[in-house]
Amino acid sequence: MSDHNYVPSSKLGKWFNDRLPLLSLSAHLSEYPTPKNLNYWWTFGGILTFCLVAQIITGIVLAMHYVAHVDLAFASVEHIMRDVNYGWLLRYFHANGASMFFLAVYIHIFRSLYYGSYKSPREVIWIIGMIIYFLMMMTAFMGYVLPWGQMSFWAATVITNLFSAVPFVGESITNWLWGGFAVDNPTLTRFYALHYLLPFLIFGLVILHIWALHVPGNNNPIGIELKKPSKDTVPFHPYIVIKDLFALLLFLIVFAFFVFYAPNILGHADNYIEANPMVTPNHIVPEWYLLPFYAILRSVPDKLFGVIAMFASIFVLVILPWLDTSKVKSAIFRPIYKQFYWILVIDVLILGYMGAMPAEGTYLLIARVATTYYFLHFLIILPILGKKEKTLPIPLSITDPVMGVSPNPDMVKKKEIYN
Amino acid sequence: MSEQKKPKRRDFLFTASYAIGAVGVGAAVWPLVDQMNPDKSVKALASTEVDVSSLEPGKSITVLWRGKPVFIKRRTEEEISEARAVKMDDLIHPEKDEDRAKNPEWLVMIGVCTHLGCVPLGDKGDYNGWFCPCHGSHYDTSGRIRKGPAPTNLEVPKYKFINNNIIKIG
Repeated sequence: MSDHNYVPSSKLGKWFNDRLPLLSLSAHLSEYPTPKNLNYWWTFGGILTFCLVAQIITGIVLAMHYVAHVDLAFASVEHIMRDVNYGWLLRYFHANGASMFFLAVYIHIFRSLYYGSYKSPREVIWIIGMIIYFLMMMTAFMGYVLPWGQMSFWAATVITNLFSAVPFVGESITNWLWGGFAVDNPTLTRFYALHYLLPFLIFGLVILHIWALHVPGNNNPIGIELKKPSKDTVPFHPYIVIKDLFALLLFLIVFAFFVFYAPNILGHADNYIEANPMVTPNHIVPEWYLLPFYAILRSVPDKLFGVIAMFASIFVLVILPWLDTSKVKSAIFRPIYKQFYWILVIDVLILGYMGAMPAEGTYLLIARVATTYYFLHFLIILPILGKKEKTLPIPLSITDPVMGVSPNPDMVKKKEIYN
Repeated sequence: MSEQKKPKRRDFLFTASYAIGAVGVGAAVWPLVDQMNPDKSVKALASTEVDVSSLEPGKSITVLWRGKPVFIKRRTEEEISEARAVKMDDLIHPEKDEDRAKNPEWLVMIGVCTHLGCVPLGDKGDYNGWFCPCHGSHYDTSGRIRKGPAPTNLEVPKYKFINNNIIKIG
């Protein structure tokens, strides 16, 4: 990060910069050498930053009108929708913003999986990212509880009951989480406090995520480490800034479609019925972005092991940099991995679909097969594949293949041995 | 040199992009600002009806209108004549009592001191009207500022008698 010595041109700038090097930081961010072959899958980092900031801003504004009390929460949300100036827009933006946030984060994660961005020397970026992802799921879940509709209440009940699976102390843990003997007012107020807190923790982690990124620099589609700066890199500003802004604009069109034309399509109608602790809705499902994990939970017939499997499905991602033994990063040069990658994508989509279906008959069977395959991919296929797979020759620089220069056969050989 | 002064195609594109961008950002920020303005449920409470039939001369009641106290005073003959006898030159904020109380028996005004928003106390002060305990403003029997830091008279809200017994404020 300190690979350049920036000196401000003005005297005042220099005086300030000697005391707090903000100008050096901004110069670093602006000059930051970026691989010139980054494709649009790399724009989702910027899109995610936008999503986080937008959620925090709309969230703070909604908090000015929301009341965290079991008797008033539901009515206060309707008050936001009907009375507050632009309240409908702010709430729909925030609610659909959560979905857009997860859409972007899934694309971001699967981009990493395809191009091997989690591998050395970027393991710490990846692990911080996974912690962010986990906190995002917690934040989204607690936010979903706040409107105190039927889905809110029963989501809170089901998710907190996961902890009752813990042997011996399960009941004590759930009572502690609830602040009572069931989901009630104490649960709502603490969820509200945490829903307000966690995004700021996420924001801090995002800064660490970017800091850790700026140490080795970006991975890139061909997955080779670059000399920086070199003919293979371009400065972050204006090249990447403009590209990210353009991608954000396209993303916002999709975002706006949901907010203005289909604001409730990703939600459940039952959440417009006020919470009733006496009646569970006939079919309860989490929000779409949690469905694959829900499917894994339900496909295990034992309570404790179901919960363990669900948390394990996230934990295998955390240790992924050590499960994938291949030194070649990008799937472009890993013909077999590329096929397994797409099978995994389909597998996760199937899990998502099964999570939305009733847990019975054929659905349950398919969910079990898909769950098994999910773990098989990470725990068996990746470690073995990394050792057995015959990878394609890797170019020595980004410029070479573009310029029509075939890789030097000797060098390629050496590189393969090195790998 | 003369060539550089002429705006180029690129200058036009930059200016146009920034202008559209500024409009977009402005449109996005406005809802975030406007949400803090009084909402529809607050505006719906803009008027209050008060039954004043039980009020004896010389007594007053305080009612809430838009979250603020409103004094409704049924004045005695002495209070009315005292208010009407004051010379305009003696007033800090000259207003005729006839203008402040259309029906001389009834004085309706917002009970918020025009200094810094405290609620003045009734039948107090050097002018037998209201006295603000916060910073010592004295109001007369017409609610006009006579002494102290307040700059203007107590404000008279829009109101009307629906019939002999009911006043509608707002």
